[in-house]
Amino acid sequence: MLSNNTHTFEAVVIGVSTGGVSALKIILGELSAEFPLPVMIVSHISPDSDDGLALLLNNHSALRVKEADEQEELAAGTAYLSPANYHLMIEQNRTLSLSVDPPVNYARPSVDVLFETAADVFGPTLIGIVLTGAGSDGSQGLLKIKNCGGLTIVQDPADAEMDSMPLSALQLLKADYVEPLNKIASLLTILAG
Amino acid sequence: MNNSALIDLEIKFLLEGVYQVYGYDFKNYSEASLRRRLLHWLSSSDFDTLSQAQSQLLRDRDLFETLLQGITVTVSEMFRDASFFKAIREQVVPYLKTYPFVKIWHAGCATGEEAYSMAILLLEEGMQGRFRIYATDINEAVIRSAQEGIYPLKDLQNFTRNYQRSGGSGSFSDYYTARYDYAILSPSLRENIVFAAHNLTADAAFGEMNLILCRNVMIYFKTALKDQVLELFDSSLVAGGFLCVGTKESLDNRKISGRYEELTPRAQIYRKRYA
Repeated sequence: MLSNNTHTFEAVVIGVSTGGVSALKIILGELSAEFPLPVMIVSHISPDSDDGLALLLNNHSALRVKEADEQEELAAGTAYLSPANYHLMIEQNRTLSLSVDPPVNYARPSVDVLFETAADVFGPTLIGIVLTGAGSDGSQGLLKIKNCGGLTIVQDPADAEMDSMPLSALQLLKADYVEPLNKIASLLTILAG
Repeated sequence: MNNSALIDLEIKFLLEGVYQVYGYDFKNYSEASLRRRLLHWLSSSDFDTLSQAQSQLLRDRDLFETLLQGITVTVSEMFRDASFFKAIREQVVPYLKTYPFVKIWHAGCATGEEAYSMAILLLEEGMQGRFRIYATDINEAVIRSAQEGIYPLKDLQNFTRNYQRSGGSGSFSDYYTARYDYAILSPSLRENIVFAAHNLTADAAFGEMNLILCRNVMIYFKTALKDQVLELFDSSLVAGGFLCVGTKESLDNRKISGRYEELTPRAQIYRKRYA
């Protein structure tokens, strides 16, 4: 465990697929309205989905949860969900952007796309989290976050509804924390505080 | 200087060089997607760094074409965002029918899926012989592909589903012929479409359009370039004409927004005001 992280964190990115709704309900539900960092989330959803997931999570969280808009500026205490059928990215000026670039890892939105662009912008001040899901999206992105000096968290595969995304990430890198879902919000609160 | 900052610098130099030599201006494109695309191109090339590639890119047009493909190719679907095409059919077409002839500009048409979708929609609405679609893209290679109207058969299931959800009144299979792994769109659809290369960042306006579609193109542009392109559209559009942007785009906070009213919430269809 690397508990010697002394720098201040500036942002959190989360990637999740199968089992995402209940996983995000738990984590976002436990974060307080005072959580000081913006949270960007890629959740694999059907291309036809509307903003229903954001509305649902908004009702479950003290944070403001919304679908990301293009060129939106990041705000503390807000969680941004990738819209269906768009990649979500972070620009150097710390605004959100969207693209219809081809799917990555068969996914649009892709976790790797968010993680890699966020690592370019935030470097060591980024926290990356891979949660439950099928496939391997997020692994390369989490490795990049680690290589840029950011902090990495992976949901304990034994605790995950689908363990392949966490397992794939752990095969590629040694995460700073491997935790069950119900420990992640309190960990984030400590790291961000 | 760390590696990431070096890459940013190399990109800046390369884009300036590309602009000076070939006239394509990517300097006002959003960085995140462009960076990913450039690095993806680099990883598939024989070069180790963009600065190493730059020398040859600025001298070898064919090599540059591969880069241009890598950074401008976009993908779409027929009747992408079915609810948008439904809104066009139900709320815009009644206005279009009041004109003897309408001109439509599809800017950033990529491989043509949405231009053909619009042609199908207008034919089904009885506008045969009363419209022309000008479908343009910066990328000449995708324009050639769009002209062919040939798509992988595996995509047709999705296209058909989109068509049905968009309020299509016919049978989608009437519009194509399946051959091996491909679907060839009916050549009669093409009679209504003029495909042409056009660079939104540099080329002139098109005159007297009744409807302009530019969906998921300006999401790649920085604010100043967005405003510049929207001015181009504004000067190409008749009063009472329609401007359609992508599902996640809007005219909010854009310079031309005062000249437009939103026709349908969420469908991202705007109508240019009369004076």
